[in-house]
Amino acid sequence: MLGEGIIQGLVETARNFFGSYVEKDRLTTVQYPEERHTLPEASRVFPILLYDGDDAAKGLRCVACQICEKECPPRCIHIEKSKDKKPDFVGKQQFYPAVFDIDVAVCMSCQICVEVCPFDAIRMDKVYELSTSDRFGGLLWTKEQLSKPNEYYQKIHPMEAAETDERRVKELAEAQAKAAAAAAKAAQTASPAPGDASGNGASAAAKPATAVHE
Amino acid sequence: MDLEPIAGPGELLEVSMGPHHPSTHGVFRMDVRLDGERVVRLKPVFGYLHRNHEKIAEKGAYLAAIPYTDRLDYLCSMTNNWGYVLAVEKLAGIQVPERAEYIRVIVAELTRFQNHAGLVGFLLQDMGASGTPLMYAFREREKVLDLFESLSGARMMCNYMRFGGVRVDCSAEWLDEVRQLVGVLPRFLDEFENLLRANEILMARTQGTGVLPRELAINAGVTGPMLRASGVNYDIRKVDKYGIYDRFKFGVPLGEHGDVYDRYMMRILEMRESVKILEQALRDIPAGPVIDPKVRLRGLRPKVGEAYGRIESPKGELGFFLISDGSGNPYRYRVRPPCMINLTILEDMCLGENIADTVIILGSVDIVLGEVDR
Repeated sequence: MLGEGIIQGLVETARNFFGSYVEKDRLTTVQYPEERHTLPEASRVFPILLYDGDDAAKGLRCVACQICEKECPPRCIHIEKSKDKKPDFVGKQQFYPAVFDIDVAVCMSCQICVEVCPFDAIRMDKVYELSTSDRFGGLLWTKEQLSKPNEYYQKIHPMEAAETDERRVKELAEAQAKAAAAAAKAAQTASPAPGDASGNGASAAAKPATAVHE
Repeated sequence: MDLEPIAGPGELLEVSMGPHHPSTHGVFRMDVRLDGERVVRLKPVFGYLHRNHEKIAEKGAYLAAIPYTDRLDYLCSMTNNWGYVLAVEKLAGIQVPERAEYIRVIVAELTRFQNHAGLVGFLLQDMGASGTPLMYAFREREKVLDLFESLSGARMMCNYMRFGGVRVDCSAEWLDEVRQLVGVLPRFLDEFENLLRANEILMARTQGTGVLPRELAINAGVTGPMLRASGVNYDIRKVDKYGIYDRFKFGVPLGEHGDVYDRYMMRILEMRESVKILEQALRDIPAGPVIDPKVRLRGLRPKVGEAYGRIESPKGELGFFLISDGSGNPYRYRVRPPCMINLTILEDMCLGENIADTVIILGSVDIVLGEVDR
């Protein structure tokens, strides 16, 4: 019969129309901005720099190794290495970025900087409503704007952060054990008394432990 | 354009369709010469979206090209990733763990599903079925994109695959979500097919329109669903058996007439085959690592040589040709884009058709300008 196919199609339209009142997977509209999807943990927008403790300048994990600057596909990261050094979380003297800019107008959110960073310093943020009326300065994010505490990272990516923190605690323990062993050895060569050596090792290990906050 | 001036009034009319015409699927222009309503000449004009993809990839490291491949055919980033990493794996002789191969198949077939659903929606929209089929298609596509987001972190620019595997493992919950989605897809496909398959108006409009003869399709190097709609049994998944496609049972649907209707039905049938592959892959996926930890992602320097990796992307044969000179970036990086090569045949399909039908013929080719212009 002519028109049968049209009627068959209209039956499907009706099924979807009435079905959208009762079936959840037929009506998937979200009334943004009143309603919002919760973003999955893996979700990524733009990079942030992490720091330990309360002071962003002191606890910044970035050591200005510039790997991310080289590997960034659109080359949106600009880093200038500092002249002096500051201690990192295990107490080792490291450079820090005097300038760390990300041009978010160029950034394409590919996450390669996060993958190549050996210091767990750069991670991806989830904030997405970022329009600005300042086309140049507003889209060039400086070190201060990019710095976020580790607690923030734990909040937005809880599983990833737990993994990172676990690894860093282990690294710290290893560094402390190494420092203690070195101190013990140094003490042994200086004075033969074994009691002194253990005391030195403990005090050397206690100092950098303050840098890690969990 | 080298079109000669129109001889006099009442003869031929030259129309420039695009580059911003709503149904040209992006910044693409067709210079059409009309005799009344009939097309007597048509020149596709493209290049408006040229972004220097190949030279950028040659300048950067091997790793840095992966996010750029996302942006070739921006509807199917997962399959683009796969084509590129396959070429690098051939070049550097990298093995891929079992589980990663399964995850690749799962995400690639999900990509094929969402691409075809979107394409059919757009094609029907071009024909005048305003909105309804497209909204149904995008409703399902949205569910796939949600899965991609929770797996890779981004909905469209996934940047998920790496040479030697995939970037992150998928969780058991994610696999359950995919199983759940794959369970309801056949119902969607039935509805989507019933919606317009037997519609008399659609059949009158599309059957016999834009016929691509078998010989012409082969000679022009057309690949993908367009070639199969003309009745040529050629699917890289079957021919090359790249990845682990030899383990799955699936059919290759073939058309008979090579007209717009066949190309439309080809997409619906391929989605059904994708669901079959997904069911098998989700059943068999083993546990294990997803990437070989020995593979150097950063600073990969393959030996001097060349490799061509090709896959069956939703649009056709997507190939990446790489030449390595032993340094950290490819000496030559070349993309074989299915969209552009399928598009070169547009004039032959449109000659003698009505001007309104050029729009649906173009829609049935399935182009994404990001890949055509690169």
